[in-house]
Amino acid sequence: MDKSADESSAGISSLVDDWSSDKQTFDMPWGKLMMWIFLLSDTFIFSVFLTAYMSVRMTTTADWPPTSEVFALVIAGQHVPLLLIAIMTFILITSSGTMAMAVNFAYQGKPQRAAQLMLLTALLGASFVGMQAFEWNKLIFDEGIRPWGNPYGAEQFGASFFLITGFHGMHVSVGVIYLAIIANRLRKGFYTGKGYHIVEITGLYWHFVDLVWVFIFAFFYLW
Amino acid sequence: MSDSSVQQHPISVYLKIWLLLFVLSTFSYMVDFYQVQGYLRWSLIIIFMFLKAGLIIGIFMHLAWERLALIYTILLPPLAILLLIVAMASEADYINFGRLLFFAQ
Repeated sequence: MDKSADESSAGISSLVDDWSSDKQTFDMPWGKLMMWIFLLSDTFIFSVFLTAYMSVRMTTTADWPPTSEVFALVIAGQHVPLLLIAIMTFILITSSGTMAMAVNFAYQGKPQRAAQLMLLTALLGASFVGMQAFEWNKLIFDEGIRPWGNPYGAEQFGASFFLITGFHGMHVSVGVIYLAIIANRLRKGFYTGKGYHIVEITGLYWHFVDLVWVFIFAFFYLW
Repeated sequence: MSDSSVQQHPISVYLKIWLLLFVLSTFSYMVDFYQVQGYLRWSLIIIFMFLKAGLIIGIFMHLAWERLALIYTILLPPLAILLLIVAMASEADYINFGRLLFFAQ
């Protein structure tokens, strides 16, 4: 993928070059680098939440609620474990796929196509948030789960659940708004002649939201 | 900004990764569906999780094609989290021990 094989563009020598030469270290648009740095900081926030969850789950002497049953859905009389969560996972992955294609089309110089795919991504994200609202509703009103206690076991379950999925849901909601704004500007030709890096930057944020869900799915729902 | 930082891949690459992520998600769901337990469950969950995370970061977020300066900037700092996890796990284990010892009375 590197175009300039003649100048040391790979391996450790490229690292030394980038840091030691009299030039900008990171050869990329400023916004893209700043998005990466922001995502790095967000990584730490989510890691701290998940580590806190690990701590309370290890310290409690009560049984941890059986997530497989708490998050089960009854479909046609059948008890299907984690069904909604699985659907939400597939939706988020699909939205990441459409986002990746939007970035590709933007760099191909097809902003209209990219804008459509971004709006599709936003729609999938919105449906994810909708399902999460349904899930919270079910947990709060039907199952009586509260941040300070629940009928299934360890009290810390509710606090961890609402904090972690709530913070992630907020990221998805913000992402939907962000995508809609950028897609609309793209559609109107706001970025014509300025380059389409903004689509890639928006994409980085969106893929990160998907990435965080991978970890939440593994540690909170499956563990 | 020069166009040299822009990479192009055929759409089919993304479709393949998308499919792969679907399959991996199905596998991790199966772990729960078939109630695999114990160390096998935990290792399977971790393996599928890291495979999915790697595909998302590497391909979708294009980190695999970025220069090493950025890759290290993004991937090295999170290693500190491992230290936090080890410290918190050891502390949580001790608190759990204390609770079992004193709350049981």
